[in-house]
Amino acid sequence: MPSDFLSNLYVFILAGFVGFELIKRVSPLLHTPLMSLTNALDAIVVVAAIIIAGRHETKLSVILGLIAVAASFSNMVGGFFITDRMLRMFKSGKSKKS
Amino acid sequence: MSSVTSIQLIDATYIVAVVLFILAIKWLSSPTTARHGVLAGEIAAALALAATLCDPQVKEYKWIIIALVVGAGIGIPLGMVKMTAVPQRTALSHAFGALSASMIGIAEYYVGVPHVSRFEMAEIGLEVIIGSLTFTGSLIAAGKLQELLPQRPIVYKGQNFVSLSVLGAALLLAIALVVNPEQPYLFPIMVVVALVFGVLLVTPIGGADMPTVISLLNSYAGFSAALLGFVLNSKVLVVAGALDGSSGFILSVIMCKAMNRSFTNVMFGAFGQVQTSGAVEQEARTVRSASPEEAAGILAAASKVVVVPGYGMAVAQAQHKVRELFDSLTKKGIDVTFGIHPVAGRMPGHMNVLLAEADIPYDRLKEMEEVNSELPQTDVALIIGANDVTNPAARSDPSSPIYGMPILDVDKARTVMVIKRSMNPGFAGIDNPLYYLDKTLMLFGDAKGFVGEIVRELAGGSSH
Repeated sequence: MPSDFLSNLYVFILAGFVGFELIKRVSPLLHTPLMSLTNALDAIVVVAAIIIAGRHETKLSVILGLIAVAASFSNMVGGFFITDRMLRMFKSGKSKKS
Repeated sequence: MSSVTSIQLIDATYIVAVVLFILAIKWLSSPTTARHGVLAGEIAAALALAATLCDPQVKEYKWIIIALVVGAGIGIPLGMVKMTAVPQRTALSHAFGALSASMIGIAEYYVGVPHVSRFEMAEIGLEVIIGSLTFTGSLIAAGKLQELLPQRPIVYKGQNFVSLSVLGAALLLAIALVVNPEQPYLFPIMVVVALVFGVLLVTPIGGADMPTVISLLNSYAGFSAALLGFVLNSKVLVVAGALDGSSGFILSVIMCKAMNRSFTNVMFGAFGQVQTSGAVEQEARTVRSASPEEAAGILAAASKVVVVPGYGMAVAQAQHKVRELFDSLTKKGIDVTFGIHPVAGRMPGHMNVLLAEADIPYDRLKEMEEVNSELPQTDVALIIGANDVTNPAARSDPSSPIYGMPILDVDKARTVMVIKRSMNPGFAGIDNPLYYLDKTLMLFGDAKGFVGEIVRELAGGSSH
């Protein structure tokens, strides 16, 4: 187990640094879409939920897994949808005139 | 052998997904490429989802498909809410994300229970505690933002002691489980205690602190997903969770700095309880007020105008009238920009979205530092529905509860105009000396109606 833990820790630290550097550069203009987009990306948890529900181990694990599938998939769909809706509203002065 | 290659194929898809996640955030750095970011994220999600559905471990599809349909049925309407409702939608999505992570953690524990190692137990315990408290905390935050719950902080004596004891209890239960993971009866108690802590954590926090709270819950939701990645040994979850968690963390730091407060102060300080302090000298100070006609005259004579919008503008649904004002002033050759304080609105960046929705070009929306360097050369600063972020007491009065908070220096403009319903103090209940300056004109009325009348006056004036 601890060897898995260490490799996950490497990934976590590196991804944290990449995230930190990238997110620092996101203009405050787009902080709301940033939050809804990272939320939608985080909804990738749905893949783990599908495995838990699909493995069919116990009744409890299936029910909890299915709740997780619905909850995270709603974030995925809704998160991408609203992020795109918001970003379409951002127009520059130049594109507005044309 | 075929199943080995299909697992490798699934892993390869996850790697592609991770690369696309990082590109998605990179492209979000500029409004011109931001929509590519959404597309990259969507492709990543679709790939990962398709690959997972082909995983040989998945034996039953019917209920999974039903759950996906239910999820889409919840997600699509939540993606269509009004822009003023985006903060509560975001809080709800943090709740769903945390719910999902907790459910999976709990399922993992019960599936493995006689054979859960201490190390796995520590990971699961921490993951489920963070997930559970984020779930209830986010629900409370969403309820406050939707005004189903009171926005004022709810406080009682000894609150911090009670809250921290509850958190301590959850952690002690987790430690007891780590010492001996084969005590399945302790596990649900730990979950319930963590759920209670989430409620206690957010209930005392006032509406004005919501931008920080939402960001913090964002970061918790992300880190709980990353921890779940540790539990399940899934790198794709570790990466997505780390990105989401660090994003929420950075935003919380930005929000705290914008209010000159520490995390502890936001979480345990119960801001908004301080109405009485600073209101010592309440002698009848006079304010000057002006009519829409006079305001229109002053604006028409200006060459540079800075508009400072606050959440009150959105509450009054005035953003479209503000756009008309922007258009009519711009047409007269007047330079109009918008000064956006980082905590304007109910979540980070909220004000920009509200103004973009009203079709105001984003290159006119300026950050606080930039606007502050321009304000001394500005003829008119027009404040609509903002209060504390313009309060000069933050610079000059060490006894003020907001002393030290970075503000928009509107008092440096030649003329200040404030659209306000009445002289009632703002959200934090702090008096604003800006209103008593000689250069300040108070425009009393509803923001939408008043701006509309100014626009009418401006149109009438030009047709003569």
